[in-house]
Amino acid sequence: MKKKSLRIICPNGHMGFAPTKEGSFWIAAETRPDYYCCDSGSDDIGPGPLGSDTSVSPYDWQKHDLELMLIASRRQGVPMMIGSSGDTGTNSRVDMYVDMIRQISRKHRIKPFKLVTFYSELDREDLRRRMKSGDVVAGLDERTPLTLAELDRTDRVVAMAGVHPFIKALGMGADVIIGGRSSDAAIFAAAALYEGFPESHSYYLGKVLECASFCAEPYMAKESVIGTITHEDVAVTAMHPDQRCTVASVAGHAMYERSNAYYEYFAGGTLDMTHCRYEQVDAKSTRVTGQVFIPTVGRTMVKLEGSGKVGERFIGIVGIRDPYSIQNIDRVIGWARSQVEERFAGKPYQLFYNIYGKNGVMGDLEPVREIRSHELCVIVEGVAPTKEVAEEVTLIGSRQIFYARLPEVKGTAGTAAFVIDGVLPAPAGYKWTLNHVLPVDDPMELFSLNEMVIRDGEEG
Amino acid sequence: MKTKKLIDLAKTIRSKNAGTDKITFDIIFREKENYDLVKKSGVLTRRTVAELFNIPDERISDFMEFDPAYAIKFTIRRREPSGSPGDSDIFGCQQYPPLLDIEVPV
Repeated sequence: MKKKSLRIICPNGHMGFAPTKEGSFWIAAETRPDYYCCDSGSDDIGPGPLGSDTSVSPYDWQKHDLELMLIASRRQGVPMMIGSSGDTGTNSRVDMYVDMIRQISRKHRIKPFKLVTFYSELDREDLRRRMKSGDVVAGLDERTPLTLAELDRTDRVVAMAGVHPFIKALGMGADVIIGGRSSDAAIFAAAALYEGFPESHSYYLGKVLECASFCAEPYMAKESVIGTITHEDVAVTAMHPDQRCTVASVAGHAMYERSNAYYEYFAGGTLDMTHCRYEQVDAKSTRVTGQVFIPTVGRTMVKLEGSGKVGERFIGIVGIRDPYSIQNIDRVIGWARSQVEERFAGKPYQLFYNIYGKNGVMGDLEPVREIRSHELCVIVEGVAPTKEVAEEVTLIGSRQIFYARLPEVKGTAGTAAFVIDGVLPAPAGYKWTLNHVLPVDDPMELFSLNEMVIRDGEEG
Repeated sequence: MKTKKLIDLAKTIRSKNAGTDKITFDIIFREKENYDLVKKSGVLTRRTVAELFNIPDERISDFMEFDPAYAIKFTIRRREPSGSPGDSDIFGCQQYPPLLDIEVPV
């Protein structure tokens, strides 16, 4: 029988990045939601983790958040769905989450259940073949189409799953789904679509829930919220005792982290929020109607994210207190740059200066032109193909601030203060090489599913 | 003319990544009166924003007034994708402060 309404909890906007707050999670869990859903990824963290296949979230925090959701969902016998495992949603991160699920099952002696996983990494050679056979990998955000040369500079690619692999996994009887890279909103939308709710409300439900308590006020992160979908509307309710989902907070969230407040794009269609109406229904809940879903005509467009290594990287930290050097900081940096260039002219390297106290945070966007500080901190960032060269570039670029040749300087014993007399190894530099879409005939063709029964919690 | 600073009229003034290639700015008001006041004042437009951040108009990809949230929103293109070597604000979340001091005629 078709359900009249469905309630889904979102405990965290980026699972594991900062731990889920347990108070509001258990308040929400006690109301017995129908699904436990959460996304564990973001492109906010920069291209490094995807390129190097690592996580930025600590292992214990990721496991903590999975543990809460697994205990609560298995106690009730309702599905738990995770997308974008381990920050990036690569295959190794999916495997890591499966291992955590096994450990948690063992620890809490959880009865056997069905786990379905899906991978969303896209092999570079597969992508190359598709491009050679005529597929145009179109750029998003005014990027130009992907070239084979840019693909060569890419270390790893993930495809962003829409609702399709989640719906298929639910159809296979999954109790727990551990997914690769996913559109955060699609996780929630998939649950609602699987239960027969209309596309417009299902996708809006996902959109409003994906960042958990960011759609509530006052500002508090990592608190649980619950979304309720019916065949007529969507409502969202804050679970923390001091938070409320208001018309202002929910409408304001619709435009969060997106260039356009009215449209959200998915593999398979576009959510149009132009005519959304927001109403306060009780102290903690806001109801939304008027959203429209426009299915894609023709081939499905799947978003791809790709990251490529730029080089090894070191960081230098330099303090300056001499007022004359501060006033002439551009000449000081110019001197240091010239000394690096003298040593490495014609060789590949990159050297960046962030000058805190001048424009270290905003760079060229900083409207304040005069320096108002009595001291500056210069962060020197050197990037080169090898660690040896990156270290030397950064060291010369830092130490030559000490030796800067300014005609009127009084401090002739050095114009830089060092915390350490050396430079620090930093994670390698990467760049987002792909922010593109790939046309596919079947929205499932980039995602491979795998089912298993988790029996780790059985006695004996 | 009497003025008030934007910081004293808006509830929220923020910036944040919108994907890997853009930073989006939201100025949200609690009261419709303040929203209408700023909207009509002409101090927050594509042109004034371009001047404030000293960028050409082409770098502003979107500028909109979003009535359901009493909000003004604009988005600028990054010169390099977020997190590339040399990026000083990977999340794009500390680019809004110049907006705080905008003087609004009241």
